[in-house]
Amino acid sequence: MMIDLLSWICLSLGGLLGIIGGIGMHRFPDFYTRLHAAGTTDTLCATLFLLGLGLQAGLTLASFKLFLIFAFIFFTSPTASHSLANAAMLGGVKPWTRKND
Amino acid sequence: MMYTVAILAILVTILLALTRALMGPTVYDRIAAINMLGTKTILLIAVFAFVTGRHDLLDIALVYALINFIGIVAVLKLVEHGNFYTDGNNVGKGEE
Repeated sequence: MMIDLLSWICLSLGGLLGIIGGIGMHRFPDFYTRLHAAGTTDTLCATLFLLGLGLQAGLTLASFKLFLIFAFIFFTSPTASHSLANAAMLGGVKPWTRKND
Repeated sequence: MMYTVAILAILVTILLALTRALMGPTVYDRIAAINMLGTKTILLIAVFAFVTGRHDLLDIALVYALINFIGIVAVLKLVEHGNFYTDGNNVGKGEE
């Protein structure tokens, strides 16, 4: 079945991306790089998961709700990351450079 | 089978984010980790709705998406100002 195969690909890519973001959360040296790892993978991971689920649902009310969740995450996740970085900058967290390692 | 793999991947990610939230050096690290955990919780509820076949659970996932964003912004305001009732013009001065 073609739809199932596409759904498999979307869900496993999304899961892989989420785990990569979680590993990046641990391996990067300071807050801003960790926020980069978390913030960039979060949006695409959620998109792939919701796309994979929406392929299973077809054109129903469930896929419309999935689209609503996607639209909300698509706008709020970068906004939350931006306000986090802004608050950390105002709070005095210094960005990591090579010399103060 | 497909949903099992997805749920396992989400749970591993939640575990990684939770350890970062517990041992993060600054408070912003913890907030970023909790933000990530909240997004993964939304996805977990959405996948769970498809596992059980009860598509009503997607409404709960939608409400979680709303609450997650509002909660992160509220916690950031609390960390920055120390309270919820001052506006942005008197940062760090406390009550006026």
